[in-house]
Amino acid sequence: MSNIPAELKYVSSHEWIRVEGEGVVTIGITDHAQDQLGDVVFVELPEVGSSFALSDDMGVVESVKAASDLYAPLSGEVIEVNEELEDSPEQVNSDPYGDGWFVKLKLEDESELDGLLDAAAYGELCESEE
Amino acid sequence: MGQKTALYQQHLDMGGKIVDFSGWDMPLHYGSQKEEHLQVRASAGMFDVSHMTVVDVKGGDAKDYLRHLLANDVGRLNTSGKALYTGMLNEDGGVVDDLIVYAMGTPGSAGEWFRLVVNCGTRKKDLDWMDKHAARFEVAMTERPEMALVAVQGPQAIDKVGAVLADNQKSALAGLTVFHGAPAGEWFLARTGYTGEDGLEIMLPEADVSKFWQDLSAVGVKPCGLGARDTLRLEAGMNLYGSDMDERVSPLAANMGWSVAWEPEDRDFIGRKALEQQRLKGCPEKLVGLVLKERGVLRAHQKVIIEGVGEGEITSGSFAPSLGHSVALARVPAATATSAEVEMRGKRIKVSVVKPCFVRQGKQVFA
Repeated sequence: MSNIPAELKYVSSHEWIRVEGEGVVTIGITDHAQDQLGDVVFVELPEVGSSFALSDDMGVVESVKAASDLYAPLSGEVIEVNEELEDSPEQVNSDPYGDGWFVKLKLEDESELDGLLDAAAYGELCESEE
Repeated sequence: MGQKTALYQQHLDMGGKIVDFSGWDMPLHYGSQKEEHLQVRASAGMFDVSHMTVVDVKGGDAKDYLRHLLANDVGRLNTSGKALYTGMLNEDGGVVDDLIVYAMGTPGSAGEWFRLVVNCGTRKKDLDWMDKHAARFEVAMTERPEMALVAVQGPQAIDKVGAVLADNQKSALAGLTVFHGAPAGEWFLARTGYTGEDGLEIMLPEADVSKFWQDLSAVGVKPCGLGARDTLRLEAGMNLYGSDMDERVSPLAANMGWSVAWEPEDRDFIGRKALEQQRLKGCPEKLVGLVLKERGVLRAHQKVIIEGVGEGEITSGSFAPSLGHSVALARVPAATATSAEVEMRGKRIKVSVVKPCFVRQGKQVFA
């Protein structure tokens, strides 16, 4: 059973979202996602200052096994990326909700937050995919 | 639910992530494929490969039959236990399967026989093919599903295995040279493998295998899954059947030319005529290695473009944990070049083209 923190929000493409306040969110991939991918070896992150619409490709996660797109779970502008992942991509596996975070977005439209899944709904989704 | 090996419960107990592999429930990894890979390069790891198919070939015509069936020549196996890598080809010269043959009994004597280890995914096809071509020979083929198969690989593999063997088995291990095997009671120990490291592949009765696995674990041999097995063999430049070659691919286009025994000229093996024509005209394709030093991972089926020469395709690609970057095997026009471009996710990425072998005995082998 994978770890699904109750205080986070989720999307069906297996990204998690932490609402930081003032229209800013932190984004990463879930424990379930990193477990499915296996050892992450490269992470390609967007440039700070670039903007994405909901569901746009914003990066790539490459594991030994497969390449997986990172989708923008919300629309907004990238204000920070986790540069540590360049040298330590394994943090995505070891600490997906902490040191393995990917980007911080400044949201364009905070009402999009209403469309996210809560932990219970995301847990059901994962179970249905098992 | 798939078929299970005698070690299935051990895999669960050790945290194995179980996946379907050709109808078998097998461990992909036990936590980290990358760490298992590095463990094999640095010390020793163990793999359950009991899903592979073991076939014993006996009878008065066993040698003549295999000299017809296989592209390499079992006539070259002049000492007991000696191993041979070979393709089993169809009439068009395509690869039905690749396999290892061990010479058993005393070569040249009436009691000589052979043990074949073939791929699990091709089991039914292989057995049908072997039966079909056995008709005019006096041979008896016996599958050995009751045998478990454990590969222990890495620079410390032989010492670690030696530490857990019974005294009467240790003598079989002592003096075992590379690419040779020796029986030890009901066990068979062979100094072969699929990782590019020294090590052993051990066939033993299913009843013995759980204790053996636990004994190895107790002396520090880590369990490794099919994931690490694949990245280790890729780094070692060893082919995977179904990815790097199949029935539509000639051994000459799959870096297996060295395993085709052309001499003696009068040995009529299946596929010989087709291969001789290819050799005469020159095989239009070859298998090469690709190296990507920058970020990104080469993957199977990506297109390879060699400017002024033509196009090819990656047959196996992955991140190479021992190297810290990606490598691949690719089939390209035989003229090839020293560099190429690979289409990756809509972009063309430059790679260098090398011989299809990247790591042996823990060391990088390409320039």
